[in-house]
Amino acid sequence: MAAPRFWREAPSRYNLVATRCGNCGSVSFPPRSFCPKCHRKSVGRMERFRLAGKGSVYTYSVVHEVPSELDMQKPYVIAMIEMDEGAKLTAQVIDVDPKDVHIGMRVRATLRRLGDEGPDGIIHYGYKFVPILN
Amino acid sequence: MRDVAVINVGVTRFGEMWDESFRAIGIEAGMQAIMDAGIAGDDIDALYVGNMSAGRFIDQEHIGALIADYSGMASAHIPATRVEAAGASGGLAFRQGFLAVASGLHDIVVVGGAEKMTDVGDVQSNSIQATAADQEWEVTLGATFASLHAMIAKRYMYDFEAVREELAAVAVKNHRHGAMNPKAQFRREITMDTVLNAPKVADPLGMFDCSPNSDGSAAVVLCSLERAREFTDTPVKVLASSQASDTLALHHRNDICTFAGTRVAARRAYEMAGIGPQQVQVAEVHDNFSISEIIAIEDLGFFDRGTGGKATVDGQTAIGGNVAINTSGGLKARGDPVGATGVAQIVELVHQLRGEADRRQVEAEVGLAQNVGGTGATVVVNILGVA
Ligand SMILES: [Zn+2]
Repeated sequence: MAAPRFWREAPSRYNLVATRCGNCGSVSFPPRSFCPKCHRKSVGRMERFRLAGKGSVYTYSVVHEVPSELDMQKPYVIAMIEMDEGAKLTAQVIDVDPKDVHIGMRVRATLRRLGDEGPDGIIHYGYKFVPILN
Repeated sequence: MRDVAVINVGVTRFGEMWDESFRAIGIEAGMQAIMDAGIAGDDIDALYVGNMSAGRFIDQEHIGALIADYSGMASAHIPATRVEAAGASGGLAFRQGFLAVASGLHDIVVVGGAEKMTDVGDVQSNSIQATAADQEWEVTLGATFASLHAMIAKRYMYDFEAVREELAAVAVKNHRHGAMNPKAQFRREITMDTVLNAPKVADPLGMFDCSPNSDGSAAVVLCSLERAREFTDTPVKVLASSQASDTLALHHRNDICTFAGTRVAARRAYEMAGIGPQQVQVAEVHDNFSISEIIAIEDLGFFDRGTGGKATVDGQTAIGGNVAINTSGGLKARGDPVGATGVAQIVELVHQLRGEADRRQVEAEVGLAQNVGGTGATVVVNILGVA
């Protein structure tokens, strides 16, 4: 993926910037310019804020057949995380034995390397999730 | 709107055809359909071609004109349109052809679907198929197309206490059907153990839960129902055609174990046809992964939520069951040359409704096809009936 296309999304990829609808309060991640529920009523009322970064695993999979750029990480855990503010997103869960991942598991976001554009290319960063240890 | 009929069909063998080019494969099914229908080139008013990603698979765009040209129709200058909606490209091309004839604008339309996937390797093919998902917010974060469906399967098993064998039963059944289809990519039966012990792709899905990479094409000729008998004694009527969309990314749905796109498209299609799900005796559904078929047969109203897997294990979806699902072998065993798939589904229904399905034949007056793009962001439902 070309570098400008990646930088453009940096606020949400680095800082989990989302939007909250001023009409119904529902949260969209990544940010949207209007609310999927309220449409016209939400125009100009979508306020940007940072998700706190904590959530629970809604579903997950241990991926064995992986894209070439993730070959070194295989097998890895991909998950859908339900953030505490209400939005769901897709991300890797790391620093955990895949066998210990389960639906409902508490996780928090951390900034990690997602990939790069070849050995001399730019490195992309973004969110992955790690278990919250009690 | 006027009534529309399918007057003929054609389909190539599906599989890895390293010795044949995209354009050779692309025109083969269409030429079969046109020849058998006894129509000449200048009878054809328009061409629609379903194709997902020739640009990525073979570095060729502009597929509508290419197929028209190599079918010998360049000199007729007919309108030729490529239709793209990822995995639903073929079903949607069929719908565009249907709309063109139903509107009265055209009398005879050819709808084709074609894909040449095996010129690239499996890893690259997987990444091309993942372009049907959200590149920015799913794929870049590490999701593969298979893993998105694996996450649906994992959640389905959690919500409904379903077991792994329910998924595997879909693959076993579709291979059994595919073994009876001479055009299928895989024509051998497999056992439950083979599915359960296959190499893992994305847990809980293994190799036999996933449809293969395939080359192939399929085509149908559509005509106004009033003129259909000029060309055939056995026209098949299009009872309904419907389409719905949903969020591109799976994580933006409240419930990922049902596709609202399928539910809405099915409701509209049943209304248009004036029937309910219990009137459907044969259906081709989008089993790109085993879990997809289970969700499809629930969303289409054949089974209650959470019971599709158990119904499959019980044999209710096999040939001879309550509703025969994927008599062709489905995407799993017939093969899934993406843009061709939705049209191949129609071809199978026409064979069934005309009584030409040989060993796969079921008693059927009404057949339904459900074709899905991405993880349900586009769903097309077409219903056909004996005219
Ligand atoms: Zn709102």
